[in-house]
Amino acid sequence: MDQVTKGGSLPRREAVATLLAKRDRLAVVTGLGSPSYDVMAAGDNDLNYYLWAAMGSAVTVGLGLAMAQPERPVLVLTGDGEVMMGLGGLATIAVKKPANLTIAVLDNGHFGETGMQESHAGRGIAIDRIAESMGYPRTSRITDMAGVEALRDTIEDRAGLRLAVLKIQPGNEERALPFRDGVHVKNRFRAALGFQPI
Amino acid sequence: MALDHSTASEWQKDIFDVLKTHDVQHIVYVPDAGHSIAIRMAEADNAIEAVVLTTEEEGIGYLAGAWLGGQRGALLMQSSGVGNCVNTLALPIYARFPLLMIVTMRGDWAEFNGWQNPMGQATDATLRQMGVMTWRADRPDEVAPLLHGAATMAFNGDSATALLLGQRLIGEKKWTK
Repeated sequence: MDQVTKGGSLPRREAVATLLAKRDRLAVVTGLGSPSYDVMAAGDNDLNYYLWAAMGSAVTVGLGLAMAQPERPVLVLTGDGEVMMGLGGLATIAVKKPANLTIAVLDNGHFGETGMQESHAGRGIAIDRIAESMGYPRTSRITDMAGVEALRDTIEDRAGLRLAVLKIQPGNEERALPFRDGVHVKNRFRAALGFQPI
Repeated sequence: MALDHSTASEWQKDIFDVLKTHDVQHIVYVPDAGHSIAIRMAEADNAIEAVVLTTEEEGIGYLAGAWLGGQRGALLMQSSGVGNCVNTLALPIYARFPLLMIVTMRGDWAEFNGWQNPMGQATDATLRQMGVMTWRADRPDEVAPLLHGAATMAFNGDSATALLLGQRLIGEKKWTK
């Protein structure tokens, strides 16, 4: 058994800003709650799709996007609670293995939006090991900024499906709210890829 | 009352053909016997991405992602899975993503397994309650035109749609060996 680690020591805002600092062609899908705020705080982008509901869907939205746009690197940035709610989706992704998809799980070991209750990850479930057992070609558990920088430097490589768990500090940052208008963000995203509204 | 296999395979092929006509490139599914031919055709077609799901709501996320990437898809599933989808329907309904669901019915007509009845009886109302437009086919000749109609309104109206395939169409499930 792994020692139970409740989150980690990475500052979440700095980790996410570092991860996205060199983005070029990257499309990003965010899970609802704090990961959306972290990505917004790092800088709004036409190729960000922010989820505000449908908990558990971040990884499957990322899968559909990665399959439709195989030449484009896709990053799903979500939290440990969100990804656990759609755990089967990790298996569906493992079957397809899109080489252009990276899933980055911000793991603070808690449900940050709802009062910091301890989450499954905080009680010993290692999400990177779940992915490893599912046959993800690349999995990692990142505990320091050097690890975040290393992930950043290969984030657009499209060299194989990957899941990385970032062990971040528990605690809530100031909210940086992205647009809630899902239609606007959808049409803006599609327009950035050259698709017109209907 | 079970339909013979040749009639059943015809309307199941119709489903695949209508989806191809509407430029569907992703067919995502939780299997059902009523979809077995369309699933087999999808898996065999190199121009179609066929994706097996662990649960139906994954398909809603997947198809939203594919649409963000400029492509169309459809979700093949059984009525029992409609209940699994309820909260996730917020994504296509609120953000107006096209959604085309093709739902084989259980608990609908001549159902042997009463455990299927609660969800089967609530399927149409649940979808409509969430804002999904529904149509229902009970005869083989209804399948292609109703699916064409649903696909047209999904992809040209940024709308969530479902075609329900009734148990009279699918045929009575035989439980004896």
